[in-house]
Formats: sequence, structure tokens, C-alpha cells
Amino acid sequence: MNPIILYSALILAGLGAILAMVLYLVANKFKVEEDPRIDEVESVLPGANCGGCGYPGCRGFADAFVKSDNPSAMFCPVGGNKAMEAAAAIMGLSIAAKEPQVAVVRCAGSPAKRPRTAVYDSAPSCKLAATLFAGDTGCPFGCLGLGDCVRACKFDAIGIAPTTLLPVVDEERCTACGACSTACPKQVIEIRKKGAKGRRVFVSCINRDKGGVARKACGAACIGCGKCAKVCPFGAITVEQNLAYISFEQCKACRKCVSECPTGAIHEVNFPARKPTEAPAEAVSTTA
Amino acid sequence: MSLRTFKKGGVHPPEQKLSADRPIEQLALPPKVIIPLSQHIGAPATIMVAKGDHVRVGQLIAQSGGFVSANIHASASGTVESVEPVADGTGYRRPAITIAVAGDEWMEGIDRSPTLAHDPGLAPNDILARIAEAGIVGLGGATFPTHVKLTIPTGKQANILIINAVECEPYLTSDPRVMLERGPEIMEGIALLMRAIGVSRAVVGIENNKPDAIAHLEQLAHERSGVEVQPLRVKYPQGGEKMLIKAIMGREVPSGGLPIDVGAVVVNVGTALAVYEAVLKRKPMVERVVTVTGKSLQRPSNFMVRIGTPVSALIEAAGGLPNDTGKIISGGPMMGKALLSTDVAVTKGTSGIVVLPQPEALKQKPQTCIRCARCVSACPLGLEPYLFARLSQHGRFADMEVERVMDCMECGSCFYTCPARVSLLDYIKLGKNEVGALIRARNAKK
Amino acid sequence: MDNKQLAVSLSPHVQGPHTTQKLMLNVVLALMPAMAVSLFYFGIGTLIVTLISVGSCVLFEYLIQRFVLRVKPTVGDLSAVVTGIILAFNVPSNLPWYIVVLGALVAIGMAKMSFGGLGNNIFNPAIVARVFLLISFPVQMTSWPLPIESRLQYTDALTGATPLALLKEGLGKGQSVAQIDLPSHMDMFMGLMGGSLGEVSALALLIGMVWLLATRTITWHIPVSIIGTVLVLTGAMWLIAPDTHASPLFHLLTGGLLLGAIFMATDYVTSPMHPSGMWVYGIGIGLLTVVIRVWGSYPEGMSFAILIMNGAVPLINRYMKPKRFGERRADK
Repeated sequence: MNPIILYSALILAGLGAILAMVLYLVANKFKVEEDPRIDEVESVLPGANCGGCGYPGCRGFADAFVKSDNPSAMFCPVGGNKAMEAAAAIMGLSIAAKEPQVAVVRCAGSPAKRPRTAVYDSAPSCKLAATLFAGDTGCPFGCLGLGDCVRACKFDAIGIAPTTLLPVVDEERCTACGACSTACPKQVIEIRKKGAKGRRVFVSCINRDKGGVARKACGAACIGCGKCAKVCPFGAITVEQNLAYISFEQCKACRKCVSECPTGAIHEVNFPARKPTEAPAEAVSTTA
Repeated sequence: MSLRTFKKGGVHPPEQKLSADRPIEQLALPPKVIIPLSQHIGAPATIMVAKGDHVRVGQLIAQSGGFVSANIHASASGTVESVEPVADGTGYRRPAITIAVAGDEWMEGIDRSPTLAHDPGLAPNDILARIAEAGIVGLGGATFPTHVKLTIPTGKQANILIINAVECEPYLTSDPRVMLERGPEIMEGIALLMRAIGVSRAVVGIENNKPDAIAHLEQLAHERSGVEVQPLRVKYPQGGEKMLIKAIMGREVPSGGLPIDVGAVVVNVGTALAVYEAVLKRKPMVERVVTVTGKSLQRPSNFMVRIGTPVSALIEAAGGLPNDTGKIISGGPMMGKALLSTDVAVTKGTSGIVVLPQPEALKQKPQTCIRCARCVSACPLGLEPYLFARLSQHGRFADMEVERVMDCMECGSCFYTCPARVSLLDYIKLGKNEVGALIRARNAKK
Repeated sequence: MDNKQLAVSLSPHVQGPHTTQKLMLNVVLALMPAMAVSLFYFGIGTLIVTLISVGSCVLFEYLIQRFVLRVKPTVGDLSAVVTGIILAFNVPSNLPWYIVVLGALVAIGMAKMSFGGLGNNIFNPAIVARVFLLISFPVQMTSWPLPIESRLQYTDALTGATPLALLKEGLGKGQSVAQIDLPSHMDMFMGLMGGSLGEVSALALLIGMVWLLATRTITWHIPVSIIGTVLVLTGAMWLIAPDTHASPLFHLLTGGLLLGAIFMATDYVTSPMHPSGMWVYGIGIGLLTVVIRVWGSYPEGMSFAILIMNGAVPLINRYMKPKRFGERRADK
């Protein structure tokens, strides 16, 4: 055999053997003892590393979950109850199921309802726009429509509708991880319980101006008139700072408030269509 | 006459000093003045009047709300109409006092005569106290409370007073007008400032596109010891404190430091006049000179305006809002703030109102960065704007801090010079906000 | 006021006079003197090659942006025109049309668009194309038409060698520099020699450089550092061994050194962002050019040198930072 080939083969083989030994020794020396359950918990998590739970990625959540004194307080919004049950089973625990949640956009100020009063002409970032100006409409509270929520969403579940210029949540894809809600400088997006069959009623406005001012700025604004609170048989609606809020816990989805609201600021979602005369068209179209 | 300037970076936008030859006119009192409580950097002032109170010009209506804060005085006499928040130029509602104007009744003890008063030999502390009392803030636009700036921190020593008469922003002309019309008063003010901080040397920095102001002040400076006028080559942003110190002293204020770290105190020339009036005439800051200008404006002018006068009244006095108006800026076009409406009050920091016509009002469409490096050469602080824009777009704010984004003074030279019209300053500002939050969070943890 | 919408934005509210398009137009104008000289010497071939090169570069850019990347085409920024002209300047004027088209496809498709288009490419598109063609079509790419005599011929022109190739060949045969039959310095300065379409006339290229500097399209750092390095190195060798090394002036005037130093190395996208980095980059190019010319197997090294240094630019940008204003020494 050609000695060059022989020598090369021998040297490389020797080198490989030596390095393998070094690797083995080093790996042993620096081995980190880890609770094997962390791996197991991680494997039942969705693996999206979205951070929606508040931990740095799924590994971080699994680590914290295994070490936690009170793991039942933790929740993976993406994996939902299924993932949490599996994770709890690994730990030998049982965790009460949580109701599914969804991101809800609390602004209905489409250009038709909320005329533009200025032209925003800087980089497309809600965060930047909000530090510079109250907005390009008369409403200093509402959605700026520049899409920080869209960029924050890891699940492609939110998009800006071309006609309303408002974010629209895809309920199938939304995992309620809360990234959009955190990204929104105006706190327009609320993470809210989905409701039975996805049926829920909410106030789609966060304008805290006095009624007249709010109405002048936006035709779909909550003017804080309190009619909804009066009509609600369950006391689920509170009006604070000229703004109504419907508590999900108390709301029985009777929808009396929806037809009572003079500006149509209260929206109902996923209910079967009412008799045509009563249905507020706006409510259905913005939550498609 | 040797011209000085700062060495690195800078741009030279067209000067457009349309109102340079217009003498300062007194603007009539409006029917209503709106006086915001936050006209300065620092804590807002606290309200001292209630709805229905009668106030006179110069009356203290809101008291300094902290160490870095300033007093606010009524700029018109009349009745307090409301103490409710009012929307400012950003559209956000901020605390303010609205006064329905009736007559023009001034507080006693304010000397409004034009006779030149002379320093009776006040002690430095008295000078500072009178400045603080009068609510004087930096009139160049940054509105830092002047008495705070003049209070030299223990362990530091001031060697030189620099009077900022650069006015490097295009369009604005209030500083040169003040220099031409109120020269002797400014000199008195400079003398008071020198005494207050204990220095024997003052340098007035003026760009050499204002030769009449240079000549006038040089003549006046001859009569005084320790005051000199330094003509400067025209270059933006020479009016920035750091740049001006570099131009005049050849020294660099350390990153994250203050002018006092190199022994300098920088005061705007208009502020020097306000100091004179506050200390020797006991006149609080109730009015200021505002340039109202724009290419389509009929009568670009310089007005002496009461604080709280609506911007619409100024524009009306300058010939009315032109039909082709596309943007209204409070301040100069390089660093000023765009206004959402003209129903906004003039504040202590309003150095000018610039009305831009429609075609120039909108920024040109951004293209992709071609890495031409113009922004790097234009940055007077030796930063890399293109890199900031990239990092900011990718949310890499920690890296931006390492690259010293907090040194940026937002002069906008990078965006001005960018051939691809990339929104460099927008992304830098976004990054600065985020990095600021990071730093605050870190400090809170400590 | 109610009917009018004011624009609101962050400052600054004014923008400078330069735009990408104007800068590119300045480069195109600066290339025109060399173009004129080339038309004079190489005639119809220059015209055909340049038109095909520019046309296909613009066309490919448009097609790729429109149909592959599906973005709004930006051929209006003229960057493809510049690439097209520089590519044409880098090939012989008798190059068959299909090779030129292939070069344009490589330049725009491979070197530019696959990286994300203008501003994102690492390597200068025209040089990538030139090197690709040089390796793929060595014969066509190194048969240089004779100036003046072949004005009216395109692909059937009479051909000769470039001065650098003559030098390398002669030295290889053991001749001394004086024995090799090289054109006079004056001829080379005016462009009367064999070579790529646009590289021949030093005079015309220098006029272009003056225009670029006067309009502040480029800064002086890169051309000066490249030319300086080449002059110093070749000068030293020439002083030590004049028999085996050509004069620095010869190196300056031949082989596209000026074309590269003024127009190709200064390409915005692929050159460093800061003057100190530009020095490193320029010296690197000069050094590599001389090394390749003197010791390499190719007679000409400019293209390779620029490509190699293009690759180093991200690293240079990482480490050659501008001096921060008010930087404290203790921080470092």
C-alpha cells in the first residue's frame, strides 16, 4: 500500500481517537446535573418559545415549572389546558383547567367612524408614534394602526384590515400569549376569556374623554353615558372615567347592553345572527 | 478674524433666514392665554391658583415642583378660566392654566421702563435666587431651568461662560434680532451670569452669517473686561452645547457628562437677556421673542409674545395661514416639533414657528440604505446612525446601548444627509426610548 | 383649518439635496469621459457591448424584482445602470453579446439580488461578473482588440495583449523589463493600448475622479489609499530590482488600477463605512493587487483584490469605528 495513504489514515485515526477521549473527559468534568423532568415537561410544551408565559422560552418555563413551589399558578397560554395537564402529570400533580382566552381589540375607530386629522409621516412604529403624538385622529386613546401588534405576533394571528385600518384577531390561531397586548403602546388589546362557544360581549373602546369630546373624535366611541350599566341585570358593567367596562365574570352574555349602546361601542361576537332589524352591522364586521 | 468651528461632522442646510431684517414687534394680547405647567425639563410646576381667581401679569401661578423645575407666572391679567388639562402640540392633554384676559395689569415691583439698569453689586446667591424666582429657563429650545444650570455642583469649577448666539437652525432669527436690538442689556446679563458662576471670562459664539450682530456685540464687548465675541463658521449643529464648546474651547465634553466637566457653562443669548430682566428689573418670564416664518407666509416676522398666546394668533399676525400649508413646526426645521394644530400655546421654549408648504412638508419616500456612509461622516458625535437604524429595526436595543446611542443629541444631521431617505432619526429615537427603559429598569434593580 | 390635514413627524423636517438617484447619476457622468475615449479607440464594439450590458442589467433587475421577489422595481435609482457600465468597462470590446448578457445575469441575479438587492450585497456585482466571465471564458476575456485599427469591427477585431500580459510573458521568458516591447507612458496615459473597454485611458478616469470628488459623490480615502499603496510597493521593488520589476508609473497606468480604485472599490455598498476602515480596505486592495501582479499567475490582480477585500468589509466595519465624541480613555 502507498505509504502516504497509510500514514494519513493512521494519523487521522489517531487524532480522532485522542480528540474523542478529550471530549469524553471534558464532557464528564463539566457535566451539569439536571432534573430529567425538565426535559420531559419541555417536550410536552408547544416549543414556540414565544415568551407568552413570561419565561425565556419553553425551556425556561419548564425549568421554572419543575422548580416552582406552586406550579398550578403557572400557565402556558399556547399549549393551553392540554399541555398543562400533561406537564402536571409528569410532576404527579393535577391542575384545574383554565378557560381559554383570546386577544380582543378594544377600538372600533375605522376611518369612517374616526376621521383622520393629520398625516403621520415617520417610521411605521406605534411605539414611536405614541411618544411623538397622541395619534393622527382626534382620539388620543385609540389604535394607531401602524402594526406593532402584528410584528409582535409569533403565530400570524393578527393583521391590520385594509378598510378599517384596525387589527383583526384570527381566533383560531390566537394563543392569547399576550405579546400583542404588551407591544401595544396604547393598551388597546386586552387578553380576555373566550367565552362559551367563543361568545362574548365587550366594550370596543378605551376612550376616557368626556362624552362630547369622545363622540366628536370618533363615532364608535364609548361616551360613558352609563345606559349599559343601567340595563345590565347582573351588574357586570362599570363606568369609570367616562368609559364602560364589562366584567367577564359577571357577564351572562344576555346582550341587552349591545342594543342599548347609543354609539354601538359594545360588540357581541360569535352569536347566531339576530333578527335583521336589531343586528348592529358594525359589531359583526369588525370581528371577522 | 479667525473662524472657528467643531471638527467632525455637521451639515449645512439652506439658511432661509427670511425674517432676519424684521425688527421685533410687540404682539397684541390675545383674548385668552393657556399656560402649560410643564414648560421646562424636569418636574411640572404645582398649581397655586383656582378657577375664578383674579391674576395680574407676573403673578406666581404655579410653583417649581422639584429641584429641576421652574416657577410659572401669569403672562396676562384677568380671571383664571380653568385649571383643567389642555391638549398641547402632540395632541395629548397636559395640565395647564387658562386665563381669560382682561386689561394689562402688572404686579408691583416690575420695572417695565426701557432705561438700562446697572448691577448694584449683588451677591452670586442673590442673582441665582432672583433667576429662580423669575422662572427663567433656557430659551434656545431645551428649556432647562437656568438657575439649576448655574448652580455649580460641589467639587466642580467653572472657568468660562459661553454665550450661545449661534442660532444654527435654518429659518429662525430671534437671537440675532435680540442681539441687535437689546445689546447693552445682554451685556449686563452676561456680567450678572459671570458673577453668578464666578468666572472672569465670557465668550459669545456667533456664526458669521450674522455679521451685523457680530460687529454690534464686539463693539459693546470692548467696553467690558473679560467678554469677547468669537465668530464661527456656519455649520449645523453648532448651537448644540457640546459642539459649541468644542468649537470655542477645542475640548470635548465627556460622553454622558455635562459642560461643567470641562469647566464651561453655556447659556443662550436670549436667556442672558431674560436674566438681566429678571435680576435687575424683577421681571419674570412672561414673554419671549418668537420667529414666525415660512416661504409661503406673507409677512415672516419676529414677535415679542406673551407666554400662552395661541400659535394661530402669531400666524394670523404674520399674514395668516397660507393655503398650501403642509406642516407647522414649533422650533427650527432641524430639531423642532411638528404641531398637530395651531390651537397650541406659545411656551417658554417656543423659539419659532415655521410653516412649511405642502410639497416639502412630507418626507421623501424611504429607499434601502446603500451604505454610502454619509450619515457616519455627518454625525458630529462620531456615532454610526446606519447601524442604529438596523439594530433598532431588529429590536437589538442592548447592542444599541453598547454603540452609545444615548450620546445622540438628535440633531438630525444623519437624516438630513441620507440620500436614501432612510428614517434614521426615527429609529434612533425609538431605540433611545427603549434603551432608556432598559437603563431605568437596571437602575431600579440596583 | 378643519379641511386641511397637517403632516406630523419627528424632526428633521428638511432633507438634503442628495438622493440615491443623483449620486448614481454622478457616477454615470463620471464614467462618460472614459466612455468617450473608449468609443474613439474601440469604436463600434464599445457601443454594442455597453448597450447590451446596461440594457440587460436593467432588464434583469426589473424582471427579478417584478416577478421573482415580487417587489416594486427600483430600476429608477440607476444602480443597475452603473453596474452595467462598469461591467462593460471590465470586458474587452469584442466580447460576444451572449457572454455580456450572461455577465449581466451573474452581476444582477447572483451578486446583487440573491443577497436582497441594492445595499445588501457583499461583493461588487460588476466584479463578480467579471471574475465569473474570466474563469468561464478565459479565451474571449483575454483577447483584447487593438485600439484604433479595430474601430469598425466587433467580434472579428484584430487582437493583441495588454501591457501587463506582455510584461508577465516577457519576464517569464527571462527578459529584463527594458527588453520587453511595452507602450510608452504617454500612450498608456491617453489609453492607446490593449485592454478592457473602459480601463485604458488614465486621463479620462482621472477626470471622472475629479467630478466624483467635486460633487462629493465619493471621498478621497479609498482611491488615494489604493493608489498610494501600489505606488509605494511597486516603487520599492523597482528601486531594488529595476530589471525584473516595472516602474510604479507603469503599474499605475495599466490593468484597470485606476478604474478599480476610482469606480469599483468605492462602490458604496461593498466598501467600509468610516475613513479609518477605508484606509485599511484601500491598503489591503493595493497590497493584494501588487502581490497578484508580481507573484500571481494572472497578469492582473485588481478585480481579485477588490473582491477579497469586499469580503473583509463587514469585519472592518465591526472593528474600525469612528472616534466617539467625548470618549473617555478609561472606558476602552
